[in-house]
Amino acid sequence: MNIIVCLKQVPDTETQIKIAGDNQSIVTDDIKWVMNPYDEFGVEEALRLKEKHGGEVTVIGLGPKRVTESIRTALAMGADKGILISDDALEGSDSLAHAKALAAAIKELEYDLIFTGQRGVDDDLGIVGAAIAEFLGIPQLSLIVKVEVSEDGHSVKVERPIEGETLVITSPLPALITAQKGLNEPRYASLPGIMKAKKKPLAEKSLGDLGLDSSAFGLDARKLKILELTPPPARAAGKIIEGETPQEKAAQLAKLLHEEAKVL
Amino acid sequence: MAQGVWTIAEQRDGEIRKISYELVSEGRRLADALGQELTVVLLGADIKDKAGEFGAYGADKVLVADDPRLEPYTTDAYVAVISQLVKANDPALLLLGASVQGKDLAGRLAARLDVAMAQDCTAFAVEEGNLVATRPIYAGKAYAKVTFVNSWPQLATARPKVMAVNEPDPSRTAEVSDATFTLDDAELKTKVVEALRDESGKVDLTEADKIVSGGRGMKGPENYNILEELADVIGASVGASRSAVDAGWRPHTDQVGQTGKVVSPNLYVACGISGAIQHLAGMSTSKIIVAINKDPDAPIFQKADYGVVADLFDVVPALTEEAKKYV
Ligand SMILES: Cc1cc2nc3c(=O)[nH]c(=O)nc-3n(C[C@H](O)[C@H](O)[C@H](O)COP(=O)(O)OP(=O)(O)OC[C@H]3O[C@@H](n4cnc5c(N)ncnc54)[C@H](O)[C@@H]3O)c2cc1C
Ligand SMILES: Nc1ncnc2c1ncn2[C@@H]1O[C@H](COP(=O)(O)O)[C@@H](O)[C@H]1O
Repeated sequence: MNIIVCLKQVPDTETQIKIAGDNQSIVTDDIKWVMNPYDEFGVEEALRLKEKHGGEVTVIGLGPKRVTESIRTALAMGADKGILISDDALEGSDSLAHAKALAAAIKELEYDLIFTGQRGVDDDLGIVGAAIAEFLGIPQLSLIVKVEVSEDGHSVKVERPIEGETLVITSPLPALITAQKGLNEPRYASLPGIMKAKKKPLAEKSLGDLGLDSSAFGLDARKLKILELTPPPARAAGKIIEGETPQEKAAQLAKLLHEEAKVL
Repeated sequence: MAQGVWTIAEQRDGEIRKISYELVSEGRRLADALGQELTVVLLGADIKDKAGEFGAYGADKVLVADDPRLEPYTTDAYVAVISQLVKANDPALLLLGASVQGKDLAGRLAARLDVAMAQDCTAFAVEEGNLVATRPIYAGKAYAKVTFVNSWPQLATARPKVMAVNEPDPSRTAEVSDATFTLDDAELKTKVVEALRDESGKVDLTEADKIVSGGRGMKGPENYNILEELADVIGASVGASRSAVDAGWRPHTDQVGQTGKVVSPNLYVACGISGAIQHLAGMSTSKIIVAINKDPDAPIFQKADYGVVADLFDVVPALTEEAKKYV
């Protein structure tokens, strides 16, 4: 069973976000770049499926050269091969364009299952998984917390929590799954894993290598235009509830929630 | 030239979901700003009798796609139908809810129609005939104002519980009609084989009006009953921090935050939660935030409208008693 995992590099979730002078981008100087947390779930699940069913796990990342580090992390966890799609012409592209390039790279491979994260914790869009599935003409199963591949490797059964219930869904393979928290606990790369990763194949591809026309990418081809980035709306300074005892504080809080905030 | 505002209604088992009314109400405001008509698209099986409700909230038209294969929701069927309707009618704006269903549907629709999509928006406006959407990015550490370039329909999803619902006007009615579409069984590849209901009967966190959340300060799973009791009295759902979930005290579906649920209740009560940046990411669009924590320096107090510095094991039960006076 051949599994592809798409891997996006994002700012570490601890990062303080500073808006750049152009009001359209963020300051990237001090950012620590990491694998999107949801992609860690994808890598882990792919490795577990490989351990059970055999086959190969290929990780694909698109972005600048620094993305190589996150691909190496996935290789150190146990993935077999990496592909980096990197091209100056991609600078400024939107998610739909990224999905087109990722789908073009995946098309050249053999695959039964593709994992993406349910959303990138950077722009929080959650579109790339669905778009790759569409461009490849395969079903998508989104926000999945459990994956079971059939014995014959031709179909998959997944669990998808929705508001108030969990759906059990079956799909023929190949299919694309977007990973959600709860799917698994990702492993850490071991020291021998890190050593081995250095020797694993990592190919770099440009848009040209994928047979794509670079004029369909970049800032000028964007369909979603950023007008402005702003800091989050400030919240009015809060009140610290006074009182001698916990009972007094509770009484005061309940009163304010009723009279002032009008939520009780 | 693309014309008209469309909202995609959401229903489950024949019941219209609240996000549908939030969308119609917001859709009405945008349609007025554009001087165009508002159409609600409703998909389901034996669903037509529900179509009449939308007029009162501001819809001009309701387009109903009624087919046994449209219940329950599957990406395959819904995308097939909606993309056909969009191509045939050329709406200018297409709005969905950023619910589990809406996010899944909007991503695939964007790719099928080859248009941009603004996900999980907290505000919409019309500027020079274009939709301008505001959306939190980097888990709410920044907000982006975005618009669309050569991309019709302008497609966006609205964060549940953020858009105000119009007061229904029973004298207003909408024109209901049947949608024309074809569905090819060969296209329907995924199947919902079972629905495992959450028997607790609690309202999902993303839809809850009030949330009482507990973190590591709860000390153990057995203590959540004090939160359950408060939640029962005030009509809230119980959530958790990742620490509580990772410790196995609460299910994954209860986690609020960057790798959990993004919630916008009217009241969020954080008990024994320090307010890590990844937790704040999931609840900072709540209307009123209350923090109960014994550490006066806990970062959660910087986001809280009301802060109580005290031991939660004393304050929460007392608050439960006090709240009974007001509900
Ligand atoms: C990639 C990534 C993603 C993450 N995603 C999430 C996420 O989605 N959601 C999330 O919540 N976290 C997330 N985290 C974890 C986050 O960084 C914090 O570790 C976590 O939120 C801390 O949970 P907590 O506030 O319950 O625990 P702590 O930080 O340990 O805080 C416990 C608090 O309880 C208080 N307390 C203790 N006893 C009492 C008492 N008796 N009465 C009153 N107060 C008391 C303490 O003063 C303290 O402030 C993520 C982290 C990473 C790296
Ligand atoms: N540049 C990228 N390279 C590789 N995978 C990506 C990229 N962008 C998005 N993805 C995948 O799509 C998921 C959702 O991202 P997004 O749609 O950007 O929120 C991520 O978790 C990745 O699995």
